[in-house]
Amino acid sequence: MKGKRTFVSLTKNHMVDRNLIIGLVLIVLFVPLFPASEFYPWRLFDDRNFDITLKFLSSFYPPKVDVEFLSIIFYGSLQTIAIATVGLVFALLIGVPASLLITNVLSFSKIEQGNMSFTGCVRYAIRLVLIMLRSIPEIVWALIFVRVVGLGPMAGILAIGLTYGGMLGKVYAEILESAAGIKHIQGMQIGYSRFQILAYVLIPQSSLELVSYTVYRWECAIRSTVIMGFVGAGGLGFQLESSLKMLHGGEVLTILIAFVVLVWVADQFSSLIRRSVR
Amino acid sequence: MKVLSTVLILSLVTGSFMWVNIGIYEFLNFESIKVIGRFIDEFFPPNLQKTFLTSVVIALYETLAMSILGTFFATIFGLTIAYMIVENKKSVLDKFQSSIFRGLLNILRSIPEVVWAAVLIISAGLGPFTGCLAIIIHTTGVLGRLFTDAFENCAPISSRTLRVNGCSFFQGFIYGKFFQLTPQIISYVLYRWENNIRVASILGIVGAGGLGQLLTFNLGLFLMDKAATVIIATMILIVIVDGLSSTIRRSLN
Repeated sequence: MKGKRTFVSLTKNHMVDRNLIIGLVLIVLFVPLFPASEFYPWRLFDDRNFDITLKFLSSFYPPKVDVEFLSIIFYGSLQTIAIATVGLVFALLIGVPASLLITNVLSFSKIEQGNMSFTGCVRYAIRLVLIMLRSIPEIVWALIFVRVVGLGPMAGILAIGLTYGGMLGKVYAEILESAAGIKHIQGMQIGYSRFQILAYVLIPQSSLELVSYTVYRWECAIRSTVIMGFVGAGGLGFQLESSLKMLHGGEVLTILIAFVVLVWVADQFSSLIRRSVR
Repeated sequence: MKVLSTVLILSLVTGSFMWVNIGIYEFLNFESIKVIGRFIDEFFPPNLQKTFLTSVVIALYETLAMSILGTFFATIFGLTIAYMIVENKKSVLDKFQSSIFRGLLNILRSIPEVVWAAVLIISAGLGPFTGCLAIIIHTTGVLGRLFTDAFENCAPISSRTLRVNGCSFFQGFIYGKFFQLTPQIISYVLYRWENNIRVASILGIVGAGGLGQLLTFNLGLFLMDKAATVIIATMILIVIVDGLSSTIRRSLN
C-alpha cells in the first residue's frame, strides 16, 4: 500500500511535492533573517522607548508655522527642485550620448558582423560603465562628493547626474530598441544614415515613452534630493535633519507636510507634461 | 498645451541653473582635477583584510535581511489595505473608509524611507530593525497603491460571476481577482525588492544598520580603503539582486 502511494504521488502530484520542498527551503532561509535584522517589534513598546516616542509624537502638534521658519522651508523646497532639475540635465548629458552609443539599432556593424566586432566591444564597455554608475546609490555618490567639492548643492547635483545618467542611458537604449521594427530595417536598407533613422523612425515612434520616463526620473530625483540633505548636500533634508536632532516635533511636522506638498506639486507638473505629449 | 509645457520646462531649467549658481569653471580647473585625482587615489587599493571582510559580509547579510523582510511585510500590509479599499463600495461609509485608506497610502508613499528611518530611530533605536520598519512603511504605501490600481483595473467578470453564484465577497476577490493577478503582483513585489535593496544599503547613513552604517563610519574616519570595499560590496549586491529579480520577472511573462 505504502509503496503504491509514493509511486502515485511521484508521478501524478510531483508538482505538489516540489512546491512543498521549495516552500520548506524558503522558510528555512527566511527564519534567520529575523535575528539578522534584529526584528523585535516588542522593543517599540518597552517603557522607556514608549515614553520617548509619546513625548516626541506629542511635540508634533502644533506644527511650527511662523513666517521665518516657513520662509526657510520655502527656500529649501526651491533649492530641492533646483538641485533635482540641474542634476537631471547633467544626467541627460551622460545618458543621451551613452544610449546612442550602446543601442543596437543604430549600429551598422551589428547587422554586418554580429556582436563580435570592435564596436561591439566598445558598446559592452560603455554598458559596464553605466552599470557601475547606476548601481552605486545616489546618496553614496553624494557622501563621496561632499568630501570632494564641499558641503552644498553641487555634491547633490553631481550625485544625481551620475546615478541617473546611468539609468537614463540604459532605459533610453531599451526604449529605442523596442521602437525598432519593419520601418527601421527598411530605412537601413534604402540607405538612411544613422541620424535619419534616429530622427525620422526611432524618436517619433517612442517620443511618448522617452518623455514620460524622463519626467518620472525627474520626480524620483526630487525625492532623492530631499534625502541627500542628510549628508549635507543641500535641500530640504538638511533642515529636517537638524530639526530631528533637536527633537523639535513641530518643525518636523511642518517639514514633512512641505515634503508631501512638494511631491504632490511635482506629480501634477509631470502629469501635465505627459498629457501635453500625448 | 505643448507651448505651455515647453515654456514651463525651459523656465524651470534656466531658473534652476540660476538658483544653484554653479561655477563649472572653478570646478574644472587644474587644481580641483588634481584634488579629485588624489581623492580617487586614496580609495585604491580597497582594504581586503580578513577581519574587515567578515564584518562587510555580516553587514551585507543584514542589508539583504532588511530588504527581504521589509518587502515581505509590506506586501502583506499592502494587500490588506488594497483589499479594504476595493472591498465594498455601496454605502457612503464604505466610500469614506476607502478614501481614508487612500490618503493614508499617499502619505506613507510620499515620505521616503530615509526620512521614516530618521524619525523612527527616536522610538526604535539605532540598528537594522528601524531600517526594516522604514522600508515596511514606505513600501506599504507604494505597493498598496499599485495593488489597488491593479485590482480596480482587472476585468470584474470572473469575480462577479462567482458572486452571482453565491460566493462571499472575499472568495470572489481571492478566486476571481487575486489569482488572476498573481504574476502582476509578484512582479510588482520584485520591482520593489530591487528598489529596497538599494534603500537598505543606504539607510545606515542615518544609523539604521546595514552596509550604509559601515560606509559612513569609515568615511567619517577617512578610512578610504575600507570605504572602497564597502562601496564595491554594495555594487555587487545591487547588481546581483537586479539580475536575479529581472530573470524571475522575465520568466513570469
